[in-house]
Amino acid sequence: MTEPASASAEPLAIHLTDIVKRFGAVLANDCASLQVRRGEIHSLVGENGAGKSTLMRVLSGMYEPQAGRMEVNGRDVTGWSTAQAIEAGVGMVHQHFMLVPTLTVAENVTLGREITRGGQLDRERAIRDVRALSERTGLTVRAEQRVSELSVGEAQRVEILKALYRGARILILDEPTAVLSPPEIEELWTVLRGMRDRGETIVLITHKLDEVMAISDTITVMRHGRTVERLRTADTTPAAIARAMVGRDVQLVPDQSAGRAPTQPPIDRIGASTLLTVEDLHVSSTSRANAVAGVSFTIAPGEILGIAGVEGNGQSELLDALAGFRPSRGRVAIDGRDLTDLSVKQRGDAGLSHIPEDRHLRGLILDYSVADNLILGQQHRFTRGGGRLDEPRIHANAARQISDYDIRPRNAALPARALSGGNQQKIVIAREMARPFQVLLAAQPTRGVDVGAIEFIHARLRSARDAGKAILLVSADLAEVLALSDRIAVMYGGRFVVVLPRAEASPEVLGPYMTGADRGDGSRAA
Amino acid sequence: MVSIDKVEITPAPPSAKPTLAASGWMTRAQEAVLPPVVALLIAAVVGDVLILSYGQSPGTVYRLLIEGTWANAYGFGQVLYKTTTLTFTGLAVAIGLRAGLFNIGAEGQLAAGGFLAALVGLVLPHGLPALLTLPLYFVVAAIGGGVVGAVPGALKARFGAHEVITTIMLNFVVLALLNYFTAAHLAVAGTLHTNAIHSGMLSRLASFWNGFHGSAANLVLLIAVAVTIGAWWYLFRMRGGFELRAVGLQPEAAEYGGVNVGRVWITAMTLSGAIAGIGGLNFVLGYKGYYEDGFASGAGFMGIAVAIVGRSHPVGVLLAALLFATISQGGLAVNALVPQQIVDVLQAVVIIAVAASVPEVRRVLRTAAGRAAASLRTA
Repeated sequence: MTEPASASAEPLAIHLTDIVKRFGAVLANDCASLQVRRGEIHSLVGENGAGKSTLMRVLSGMYEPQAGRMEVNGRDVTGWSTAQAIEAGVGMVHQHFMLVPTLTVAENVTLGREITRGGQLDRERAIRDVRALSERTGLTVRAEQRVSELSVGEAQRVEILKALYRGARILILDEPTAVLSPPEIEELWTVLRGMRDRGETIVLITHKLDEVMAISDTITVMRHGRTVERLRTADTTPAAIARAMVGRDVQLVPDQSAGRAPTQPPIDRIGASTLLTVEDLHVSSTSRANAVAGVSFTIAPGEILGIAGVEGNGQSELLDALAGFRPSRGRVAIDGRDLTDLSVKQRGDAGLSHIPEDRHLRGLILDYSVADNLILGQQHRFTRGGGRLDEPRIHANAARQISDYDIRPRNAALPARALSGGNQQKIVIAREMARPFQVLLAAQPTRGVDVGAIEFIHARLRSARDAGKAILLVSADLAEVLALSDRIAVMYGGRFVVVLPRAEASPEVLGPYMTGADRGDGSRAA
Repeated sequence: MVSIDKVEITPAPPSAKPTLAASGWMTRAQEAVLPPVVALLIAAVVGDVLILSYGQSPGTVYRLLIEGTWANAYGFGQVLYKTTTLTFTGLAVAIGLRAGLFNIGAEGQLAAGGFLAALVGLVLPHGLPALLTLPLYFVVAAIGGGVVGAVPGALKARFGAHEVITTIMLNFVVLALLNYFTAAHLAVAGTLHTNAIHSGMLSRLASFWNGFHGSAANLVLLIAVAVTIGAWWYLFRMRGGFELRAVGLQPEAAEYGGVNVGRVWITAMTLSGAIAGIGGLNFVLGYKGYYEDGFASGAGFMGIAVAIVGRSHPVGVLLAALLFATISQGGLAVNALVPQQIVDVLQAVVIIAVAASVPEVRRVLRTAAGRAAASLRTA
């Protein structure tokens, strides 16, 4: 391991040594170390489950380590509390926002440090302070606005402001770009660079290599709870980082075409007919009357239609309506058969398969065994004689899927909860690919899945496509949409603002549509 | 934009065939059994302290408790009688918990089942063979309890009314109605019970073995064991149980799996009520031979404790019913040395200790808290 920081006389902003954090039998951090100098942007990278978030939660006082030493600005702070961490200027912005939606931006930022005058809240001063902070940092938000009215990107800025308001000089950001569009990501980078130039220290948890290369000065790579490498961004390459992350050679491919047989151009593969037809679909959500506001599209056999867009623009509602969870207006048909009034089960029997966006909420019953999860949604096909579950067939099915999809550990009786994210997702994929289907809804098929499993899942999606299935792919990961889709639709404000063939799409082309700057009707928003 | 899109996957080492045996069977059994055992130990320690505070020797009191229950035939018969009712109400609550529902209405369901069975019994002619009447009583008691259970289920499925509120309230409604019908129309003058049923009474265990003489234990005990086995079979071997448990664990995932969640709620509450209702036969057909107002006397509520201590597993419920019946009967046996209320304290300690550790309870409470928070947020 290189030690680029040790030459400096100034104490390190963050110096963690041999941190051990255990949860029951799971060793989340196994002698993990981290060195970050003052005034640098440091990327903490690794696959999902490598222990990045755990290590940062140890640093911010949420977890107490079982062993190891923590120093902040040269002071021993091993096992401190969150209150002490905040006091010392360490702030963490979590992946899931922790804001009160009914309160304003200013109220959220000052929450816990309210400005009072004679026992009364001084709202004006709170707003003034937050405005000043917002201007100084370039994190533009309207201090009087309610948080419930904010976009995801704005909410994130409020989270960062909250940390800074509490005096954070060391800012930890956990996967901050997961919910942002490309221009919003650029804005965030500008803000972070400004903070660095003012001498503040930033640790960025991420697993996206292009971000690491774009923003950070130094990099620590984690694998299986250990820190395996410390690198200078200027001296390394994405391939080298990827190798350190997974512990073996990884081939980086810029975009799709991978796996597609050159003898089989898309134009031949995609039939003239349509398998999935959606006409003028309107869907309401609990918070918005027109979450999906009139979407129409068709997907041909052997085609993947990818939906790009910032999360929260109606993608989830569209999927819910297609799957039958949510009432909708309009028409949905598979191969000419109208699905509009069918139940979830009937849609499945009509040839709809569905990889849901949240496997922990819908895709799996975490306390059920792997074998039972592998029949979820098809339990009526695994019975004999009066509704009795056909155990021998359930076990045979499990044995086959576990070996076909390399689900590990190879134990069908384990509860799904006990498996890693990638293997849990393989259960979902295996089940949904094994049932008879014509149309597949694939929502965030590789979210929270490690690199090896991502490639495996992509290959399965491509082979389903090659077998003539129609696939609707929704992913927050633009790279994934670009890598897999034959056509790409951008969803904004509940509408498809543009639909492009893959060849015409790129992040630069799609970006303006994703932010709503281009509404697809020729008009440009201000 | 760069994405990691192609990985050289090292071929997996040739591994053994997928394990299908329940390798975690032992651990899971330990996890299921440990909390009740620890709870019992805690209760025993608390009991020691209480008994000592009354100037008695714990050894003497516990010996008396055992002698009055398991060590003599009459006492054991009484334990078995109480076990029977508690098994039914415990199973009722357990099935609700498995579906994610907290059925507090077993008391009313039990009474309604017993009442309807007695009502039918009163109009049946003398001398019908038990082989004919027993299925009839069984079905009628199940209907009585099932209808009372189905109402909160339907209200939840249709309007989202919380079952805890509706089942509690329905207890008052049902018990008051039954009290009215009994007192105003059916009671023998000067009492709160109906006339005697003349057809299809079930034998006391004492008629098979004289040792049980005088105790109320009767053949309904066998029905309780059969229903326990049936409940286990349904929950863990039938598609209906698969879907019911799925709804209890993760309603969204069940919905995704094509399960009609509202229908499962109604089914689960109906089944739950029906099983509690069948419990009414223990008193009406097995013991007294008539319906008496207030016969349930808390057995429905005690079913909640039985289900929780029994970890919502039918076999666990049967064992927990035996435990609570023993403690309850033991209270009578030790009354001469220490106040009977000591056993109430012991029951409470067992319930609290187990409840603090049981996942079903934690999950139900957590979802309830989650829903409350969500409704606050949208408000």
